[in-house]
Parts: sequence; structure tokens; C-alpha cells
Amino acid sequence: MSAMEEISGSQTRSGMSWRSLGNMRELGLVLIILALCVVMSFASPYFLTWTNFRAMLLSFSIEGIVVVGMTVLLIVGAIDLSVGSVVCFSMVVGGFFFLAGLDPWSASLLAIAACAAIGALMALCVTRIGLHSFIVSLAFMVIVRGLCLAITGGTPLSLFSLPASFKFIGQGTVYGIPVVIIIFAVVVAIFDFLLRKATVFRKVFYTGSNEKAAEYSGIRTNRVKFFCIVLCSTLAGLAGVIYMARFGAATPTFGLGMELNIIAAAVIGGASLKGGSGSILGAILGMALLSVVSSSLILLDVSPYWQDTIRGLILLAAVSFDHVLHNRKKARPQRPARQ
Amino acid sequence: MTHALALEARNISKAFGPVNALSDVSFGLRKGEVHALVGENGAGKSTLMNIIDGILKPDAGEILIDGEKADIASPETAQRLGIGFVHQEIALCPDISVAENISMAATNRRRAFLMNYAETWARAETALANLGDVDPYARTGDLSISEQQIVEIAKALTLDCSILILDEPTAALTEREAVKLFDIMARLKQRGISIIYISHRMAEIFAHCDRITVLRDGRHVCTKDVAETDPEDIVRRMVGRHLGDLYPPKNAASAMADDLLAVKNLSDGERFFDVSFALRKGEILGIAGLIGAGRTEIALGLCGLRSVVSGEVSLDGENITPQSYSQSIATGVVYLSEDRKGAGVFVDLPIAANVSALAIEQVSRKPGFVSRSREQAQAARLGAALKLKCGSLDDAVATLSGGNQQKVALAKLLSVGPKVIVLDEPTRGVDVGAKAEIHRILRDLATRGIGIIVISSELPELVGLCDRAIVIREGRIAGEVTGDDMNEEEIIRLASGMGQRNGRGA
Repeated sequence: MSAMEEISGSQTRSGMSWRSLGNMRELGLVLIILALCVVMSFASPYFLTWTNFRAMLLSFSIEGIVVVGMTVLLIVGAIDLSVGSVVCFSMVVGGFFFLAGLDPWSASLLAIAACAAIGALMALCVTRIGLHSFIVSLAFMVIVRGLCLAITGGTPLSLFSLPASFKFIGQGTVYGIPVVIIIFAVVVAIFDFLLRKATVFRKVFYTGSNEKAAEYSGIRTNRVKFFCIVLCSTLAGLAGVIYMARFGAATPTFGLGMELNIIAAAVIGGASLKGGSGSILGAILGMALLSVVSSSLILLDVSPYWQDTIRGLILLAAVSFDHVLHNRKKARPQRPARQ
Repeated sequence: MTHALALEARNISKAFGPVNALSDVSFGLRKGEVHALVGENGAGKSTLMNIIDGILKPDAGEILIDGEKADIASPETAQRLGIGFVHQEIALCPDISVAENISMAATNRRRAFLMNYAETWARAETALANLGDVDPYARTGDLSISEQQIVEIAKALTLDCSILILDEPTAALTEREAVKLFDIMARLKQRGISIIYISHRMAEIFAHCDRITVLRDGRHVCTKDVAETDPEDIVRRMVGRHLGDLYPPKNAASAMADDLLAVKNLSDGERFFDVSFALRKGEILGIAGLIGAGRTEIALGLCGLRSVVSGEVSLDGENITPQSYSQSIATGVVYLSEDRKGAGVFVDLPIAANVSALAIEQVSRKPGFVSRSREQAQAARLGAALKLKCGSLDDAVATLSGGNQQKVALAKLLSVGPKVIVLDEPTRGVDVGAKAEIHRILRDLATRGIGIIVISSELPELVGLCDRAIVIREGRIAGEVTGDDMNEEEIIRLASGMGQRNGRGA
């Protein structure tokens, strides 16, 4: 009985949890972003304007949908380098079917399904053959890009004939807020909630944290990994369709290098490349940080030739800062609880 | 009578934040002696050894090597001073050859630009020649745990060490392999090498060591000649309290009970063949055998974690032969891995999330959302039942002691209300007090009707805890021991193929 009291007592005593630890990390990112915003609002009169913020949000909301999938994938201990190509594939396939006479909605569904199928193929290579997702997705990055070029013959598909009702997804606004941002917010909210609460996603954490222990808990880790890989590709497909509606075109070279930006955002947001940790909110904040930095560099009139270098350095600094902070927390000596 | 000291630690203190890991500890190692260092986990053994090896810096006190004050700033300095440290957890690179592992430190010191492989192979061959039958060209990851342990020792010896620290070297070894290790230790001792031997096993200490030092809660309790003391005394000093009987009483009535779980002609066609045995109600059944005999594989096979080619598992007379482990869990047969950190628990995840892992649905609400309050309640309930000592149920399992980590793993198994629990080395790396507690818990579960199967390499544990034991040799059942037949000698005879003395096979 006393032991029971001891445990229930300690339970109320500490509100520190998995979740609040994650929140602390996210809080740090929010502070960094705010600090940057304050500095920038003095440095440039254009920074603190609704137009600029809208532009920044727009610039990362579609990619943000892919970041969600990537974060889940990183948590399970896998990675997907093919997302840039898959986004493009979705646009190209959707555009192809639309030009072939299908209505844009069905064409979009087909495009997303095609991307899910690509994900399933990659997942099979990972779970059945036992290859690492890095190398599988590297191969698919090239394969899928090749498919995009083959389908389009290397020239962009012009989709100006897309009906306005479809273009509304990518270009419309509701009460002045772009639909793209609304879709993005909904996807983020849903997945952030699911990742914290749903049993399926708990299994994702188990698998990423210690695959063997997960197997020895009766979790079919291959199914979990399969699910995550397909999810990531599907979300990339969804993003592709939205891009199609936004640009009214399908360029076979679209999304080159996108995967690096996306992985960077997820890692800044606290996802571990070793699996087992990460959060959607963190990843989105990571994305926001990258976006604020990009916008600042432009507003500050930094030479475009130097922008990439600076962006890379900031990525390195953000990740190092977080790592040092996190490791210091860990290094605090912990002594086994004793009576 | 004075003895030259190879190593002397004087008044060492070390604190981690507010916790005093070592307070004013002095320790002397004579030349050519085997000196046992004992204490419960957290007593300060590892901290002291890490200071001697230069991994940690003491807050106060000094270390003398051969009578001269030494400033050991890093493990590299320690190596140069002739200190070799074989860590409890094997720290070898699994993907490279044995010889390259052995030469790792030498390679590190090498000034030349290119490797000299001829020298590497030669050095490994000499180092291994005295130790045992390990192929220097083999890939290290392919070796058994005990062979890897030999490689670790060889690695330490190539550094011309005069002081060798062995941290629980027999934890992963079977009796027979341990005997080999003791031979090696005796030979090293003859060569004048001083050995610090950390272990929880009293029998080994009293058979092979010269002196014993006991640490408790970071303080030096006593140092005694082995001849002057006995295991009871040492255990009492280690825990600072009387443990009572080391093992809980057995359940003699279980010999008459009905079968709970029956395994019939189970084979995986590779590591075990035609294995048949039964677990009775209320019984703790032991599975003995040398490492590599197939004990773990049999356990994995009967739980669906390893595929079998033939045979049948039945529970209460009903065929439940599982295709997968999740099926096995559903029928109530669960398995605790021998590799706690690698496969038993999720060390980075909170305690509560560990306990719920086996059947996350149990703590979830309808469409599949984990309920934090139910999860916490479950962990609190099972934790209390097992007397789990922890700060918060949200703490990572890594913050717990070995014994408490094992309780988390046990709580996880109990969360599904199992009918049979198969435990692989349930007390490995667990201190004396927690070990006795785990034994009591297992006995208690057995009394409540849960079938318990225990695989252990530690013979006193099998003999003390189990009502009956089957002995596995080369993937087959070599015999069964119970009652008075169940003693270490008999089990070793069966495990090593010397046959049962009274010729009664299983």
C-alpha cells in the first residue's frame, strides 16, 4: 500500500513528461524565431508586414505537408530522399490524366494513389529485401525523377485549362486566408494530435526507439515501417496535387533538392536521425525558422550567391545548439532510485 | 608482513551533483593478487574503477601506481601506466576481425601511415594463444558472447598491462566458460599481473580470489582475506541488512500438479530438435545448458519469435502453437529477453510507455487513442505490485537501476495477464538485493498459478529457484533434474555431455 502511495504521489509531483520535454524544445525554437523576427523588424521595414508573413507562410505550407510525413518517417528510424521527386511525380501524373481528359479531381486522386504505390514499392524493398531506407529512397529519387521526365518528354505540361474550382485549392482564399495555408494547418493539427495520441503512432515511437524491443513486445515492426513509408509518399503526393493547382503547370524538374530542406526542418524541430524522437510541431517550427531566415536574407539584400552558405551555417548552428542543450540535459548524473 | 602494492587509491571522493558516489574510499591492490571488489549496484564500484581508468576525475584523493603518485587523466594514460580494463558491456567493433579489435589501441598509437597487417595478425595470435580457441581472422560479431569476452581480455593484455580490471566478466558466461576464464586468471596471476575482479557471484569469489573489498553506498566497508570470511558475512556487509533466505521456498506439491504448458517435438531444424517438455501448474521450471546450446532459441520458438518446422505447443491441453509473437501474447505466453537494453525495454522511453507496450490497446480508448491516465494507472498498479522504485512514471527507463529496469520489463509482461512467462536470464546485471526480490516475485507469480520458465546460466540460481530443470545440450534435451538430483554438479554433467550419474534420462 505504501508503495502504491509512493508511486501515485510521485506521479502528481512531476508534471514533466515526454510531452512537456518536447514542448520545451519547441519553446526554444519559438524563442529563436521570435528573436529573429524582432531583429528583422528593426532591420527592414518590410519584414513586419502581413504581406511578408503571408508570403513566408505560403512558401512553406505546401512543403510543410511533406515535412509531416518525413517527421513520422524519421521517428520510425527511416528516411525518404525521394520526396522531391514524388511531389513532382504527383504533379506530372495528375496533369497527364487531366490532359488525357479526366476531371481534375479524379486525376488528383489517381496521382496521389500513384505516389502511395511508389511508397509501397519502397516499403517492400525495405521490409522484404531488408535494404536501408536511405539507399532505397535514393534509388527511387532517381527512378521517379526519370519517370517524370519520360512522361512529360522533358517539357512542362501546361495546365491553364484547369477549372477554377480546382485552382481554388492552390490559389483561392477564404476570408483573406489562402486555402493552401488552411489545408496545411488542418494536416498539421490532425497529425500532431494523432502522433501524440493514436496507438498506431505510439507503435511508430516504439519501433524507432528500439526495433528489437518492439518486436519482443509483439509489434510487427515491418508493418509499422511499411505504413510510415507509404504515409510519407502519400503526403508528398497530396502536396504535389496542391502545387499543381497552385501553379497550373507540371514541371518535370520541380522539387529538385526539396528533400534536403524538408529533412533539415524535421531535424531542427527535434527529430532524431536514429529514430525514436521527433514532433510535428517542432518540425513545422523548423520549417518556419528556415523560412524566416530565407526571407530575411532576401530583405537584407544579401547576395544570392552567399545565401545558401549562410542558410547552411544557420542550419548547422541550430542543430548544434539543440544537440548541446539536449546532451547537457542527459549528462546530468542520474542515480538509480533507491530506498 | 608487508606487501608491495601495485596500485593504491587513497581517500578517493567523487560527487555527481549532490550525490556522493564515493566518500573517502581507500583501496590497495597487492602485486600478483586477485582482489574481488563487491557491492550492490550503485555502491560505487564502477565509479572507483572509472577513476582508476582515467574516465572520471576524482574530487579528492590520489592514486599511486607502484608506489608513485600517478595523474591518470584519460584511459590512454591508464593504458600507458599498465592498467587494462575489461568492461562489463562488451565494447568491440562487431564488423571487423578479431585481430583488428585486439590491436585497436596499438593502431591508435601507431605513427606510421599504413597499417602493418602482418604484425596485427601476429600480435593477435600470440595474445589469443594463451587464452582460448578464438580465430583471429573471424568477424567479431560472429563470435559468441563468451568468445567476445576472451577477445576483450586479449585486447587488454596486448597493452602489457600489469593491472587488469575485470568488471563482471562471468555475467555472460556459462559455468564451463567461466572455468576457462578462471584458468586464464590463474595464469595471469602467475605472471605477476594483479587483478581487480568485480562480481556478484560469491562462489566464484571465494574459489578464485585472494582478498575481498566491500563497498556500500560509496563507502569502504571492509577488506578481508578470503580465508577470514564467508559468503554470508560478505553479503550481509554488502547490503547492510540481513537478506533472510537467499531463495524463496520451493513448491514441492507442484510435482503432482497437472501440466499447464506442454511442448511436443518442437524443432526449428537448425538450433534445436525434437524438444518435448511440460510445465506444471504452480511450478518454476528451469532451462539449463551451456551458452549456445539452444536454450534461448527454444524459448523464442515456443513464443513464436522464431519459426519452427515441426512440433506443437499446447496450453491447458489446447494447441496454441503460435505463428507470431503477437499470437503468443494473445494466448497468454510471453517472453522476457536476456538482452534487457537491446530487446527487453525501450530505454529512452518513459516507464509508463514501456509497461503498456505489449498491449497498447488495453490503455487506449475506442478509435485508437492512447489514454494517458489509463496508461499511468496501469504502470502505477503494476509498479506497486512489483515494488518498483522510481521517481516519476514519465522518467525514461534509462534512469533506473538494473533491477528496477528489469521490474519494468516484468510489469510489461504482467500487463497482459499472462498464463506462462518465459524469462531469459532474469537477473543478469541485477544486484544482490534486487535479485532476491525478483526471485520472490517469480515464486509469488508461480503460487498464483502463472507458469514460470526460467533460463539461467547461473547454476546456483537455477538450483535455488526452480522446482525442476531441464538441461539442454546441442539443441536437445539432455536430461531433467529435480529434488535432490538438482545440483550444480549434475547439471554440469548433463550440459557437457557426461551423462546422468544415475542414468535416468528425461
